[in-house]
Amino acid sequence: MTGGEPLLEVDGLVTRYPVPRGIVRTLARAPREHVHAVEGVSFTVGPGEMLALVGESGCGKTTTAQTVMRMVTEDAGSIRFRGREISTLSHRGLRPLRREMQIIYQDPYESLDPRFRVRDTVMEPLRIHSIGSSADREQKVLDALVRAGLTPPDLYIDRFAHELSGGQRQRVAIAAALVLEPKLLVADEPVSMLDVSVRAGILALLDGLRRSGLGILMITHDLSTAAHFADRIAVMYLGRIVEEGPAKDVVRNPQHPYTKALISVVPKRDPRDTMKPQILKGETPNPVHVPSGCRFHPRCPVAVESCTSVDPELRRVKAATSPEHRAACILV
Amino acid sequence: MTDRRLLQVEELHVWFELGHGRELHAVQGISFDLAEGERLGLVGESGCGKTTTILALMGLLPGSASVSGRVLLNGEDILAEGEATVAPHRWHDVAMVFQGAMNAFNPVKTVGAQIAEPMELHGISSGRSAMARVRELLEMVGISGSRAGRYPHEFSGGMRQRAAIAMALACDPKVLLADEPTTALDVMVQAQILELLVALTNDLGLAMILVTHDLPVVAQVCGRAAVMYAGEIAETGPTQTLYHDPRHPYTRMLFAATPDLYGDDAVLSIPGVPPRLDREFEGCPFAPRCDSAFSRCAGEHPRLREIDPGHVAACHLNDVAVGAPAR
Repeated sequence: MTGGEPLLEVDGLVTRYPVPRGIVRTLARAPREHVHAVEGVSFTVGPGEMLALVGESGCGKTTTAQTVMRMVTEDAGSIRFRGREISTLSHRGLRPLRREMQIIYQDPYESLDPRFRVRDTVMEPLRIHSIGSSADREQKVLDALVRAGLTPPDLYIDRFAHELSGGQRQRVAIAAALVLEPKLLVADEPVSMLDVSVRAGILALLDGLRRSGLGILMITHDLSTAAHFADRIAVMYLGRIVEEGPAKDVVRNPQHPYTKALISVVPKRDPRDTMKPQILKGETPNPVHVPSGCRFHPRCPVAVESCTSVDPELRRVKAATSPEHRAACILV
Repeated sequence: MTDRRLLQVEELHVWFELGHGRELHAVQGISFDLAEGERLGLVGESGCGKTTTILALMGLLPGSASVSGRVLLNGEDILAEGEATVAPHRWHDVAMVFQGAMNAFNPVKTVGAQIAEPMELHGISSGRSAMARVRELLEMVGISGSRAGRYPHEFSGGMRQRAAIAMALACDPKVLLADEPTTALDVMVQAQILELLVALTNDLGLAMILVTHDLPVVAQVCGRAAVMYAGEIAETGPTQTLYHDPRHPYTRMLFAATPDLYGDDAVLSIPGVPPRLDREFEGCPFAPRCDSAFSRCAGEHPRLREIDPGHVAACHLNDVAVGAPAR
């Protein structure tokens, strides 16, 4: 971490989606229900830092990213980008800031326009933001392709997406994000659609960008990847961060019972490494009806009476080696 | 491992007709065997031929495919006369859990009725006795038998995958082929399904071929694995040996490309792409991406050779000096 002022500060973020009621329940004036996708999430991302938001499907990690990008409107909380509150900005007011925060998606087979050549894909953000003359733009596209590891760029610039491999497509998507020279990159499951042999290359590319000063918020379900590449890990469960800290501390010294269980079931490469998996029963409950108290208590192997009523806050872990290691459990 | 060879695959080839006289040689003469009660991993990246291989074992390849080689089930060649010889064994002796099976249920039929289908097809049981067996199967995979009358949308993804496993077990098969059974699932549900598959194979004495791209899953579940590359087997051996003493650079590089939760070593990608399978190539198919290739690799195709009993690899490095590791 390079320290200094954080790029992104998210505080008490809440995002809910209304559940469609259907005509009968609407006429019957049934109460409107909500999916509690994000329920009070706070974190920061500094320049040159990679934070991994880790969790299972439905935990709210992608909604968090989309809210930060202002693609979804939050219900409460603040989002500050380089010290400036952006949750209250209008679309017009947001536009100059959009250049500075970019997102890449999971599926490079879906995210690139099949009718566009690589040049058009990477140049489009420059056109939208009216940056540079056409000669400038061509040069910026070539530079972005090089930064994304597509060298020599002349080899790729006239190709269509279908002429590229999955890894190359993801690099084009990264180039299109980099061409605006953003300060923050949100990467939503950037490698989960790719073959194992090319994943490491994309992750190394993101790692290099982080080293050059870019702040990265990575959304992933893969703890092994997060442990290897992120500076810090935040583990989400049902719309909350339940544990957060330096990546190594969270993985090697997990404190929250959910993190402990999650880490114990990650398959290890070495067949001799047979840690007894602590398999939780059932599946994550429906985020429409969130359990009372600690939202993990119905599945928690160590829950006590008061867990059904006390909603624990993230706080410093007594057994931690780092002061930044926090967990939301009354037992730690 | 018992000595009883339940399934023997010998020199299996699969070609797909691409039209205009072109062919894709998807599986290029692979051989392996499976003992009773054994769990074998079939590992590789997309396009390496692993799914095609097990579809061939089930006789489920499309009409554009042609197959050669032998698949012996208890010594009987089930591919000898095509559909005529494979159909009596399909579901009955060899059953399969398909990739994305949780999304393959018919939405307008109850889960129970769909699990009963293979039993009715093979005349094992029908009507009331079939439904009793369905409830028993659901309990076996950890779902309450009372849910047999529910529809697929009333099940979560993990439960639908359990139901797909129950369907595969309906006719009491000897071999279960599981194609990426946990790929679309969350890590906790994946752990539940893998635990179930291990328990079922242990309790029922069922042999399983687990097809996956995920090396750690194979390392935790299977005693032995075959690593496939470009339609061929690059290396077969006990999973412990493949991790600790790989004798094919692809095996070693694939492990090195896989991040480990506790590993501190750098995660390294494998440069390049696999060769196209619609044209013949000379030499080792992995040579262009290999970090240890030498002069012989470009022109001469390496054959699988035995390193130790039960451990074979197709790499010229193993010939250079006896016992020289492919590192």
